[in-house]
Amino acid sequence: MLNLQYFASVREQLGRESEQLDLPADVTTVADLAAWLAERGAPWALLTDAQQVLVAVDQEVVDRERTLTGQEEVAFFPPMTGG
Amino acid sequence: MSAQEIFDVRVQTADFDVAHEYQGIIADAGNPGAVVMFSGLVRDVAPGSGTDGQASAAAGQSLTLEHYPGMTEKALRAIVEQARARWPLQAVRVVHRVGKLLPHDQIVLVLTASAHREAAFAAAEFIMDYLKTSAPFWKKQRFGEQSEWVASRQSDYQRAARWENKPADE
Repeated sequence: MLNLQYFASVREQLGRESEQLDLPADVTTVADLAAWLAERGAPWALLTDAQQVLVAVDQEVVDRERTLTGQEEVAFFPPMTGG
Repeated sequence: MSAQEIFDVRVQTADFDVAHEYQGIIADAGNPGAVVMFSGLVRDVAPGSGTDGQASAAAGQSLTLEHYPGMTEKALRAIVEQARARWPLQAVRVVHRVGKLLPHDQIVLVLTASAHREAAFAAAEFIMDYLKTSAPFWKKQRFGEQSEWVASRQSDYQRAARWENKPADE
């Protein structure tokens, strides 16, 4: 199972904090995952915008080419604004 | 105290006491020649608020800090490790608050201790620059009934990027 987490403005726009999913066999990268979730329609398409939405796999920021096995914790969130 | 705690990161809702943290890092470091402290505060940015923070707090101005529990601590520890690899640091403390904060509240504290000031100054600035762009915190600004997520700033990314091409001992 993939453990998905959403934070800040992404969480609010999606209306969801987290969910667990089984990945289809043809979803093998972070980019694939975002595109697959975007098929749910608006507002999910926002996840495909790599400028506005960052992705962490197992709590480390990764690029969209990162491969997934389907057992990770994947988080989507906007650029950070702490400090 | 263990080595782990001498390079200490904390995320908390409670306020922090700078005098207590300052005495603490001196004790951790053992024999520091320099301690640098950076504290970040919630600015009063209400429209037309001037210098009267009480008025804007009363008008409902606040800042809410959200974070990614687990990743936040990992990210902060990674930033401190990078600083330790670049400068001879004896001790570091990073404290970041989350939850609802009001104008003038303390939000973040970075303390660095070293034998000499160069390392302490540089490491404190380095830690803050990376914290801004790579620790998963998000600010939401509220004015009365209206609220909005604070946008990330290009200048923060430029500040962090400056360190990438700098040798450790400049």
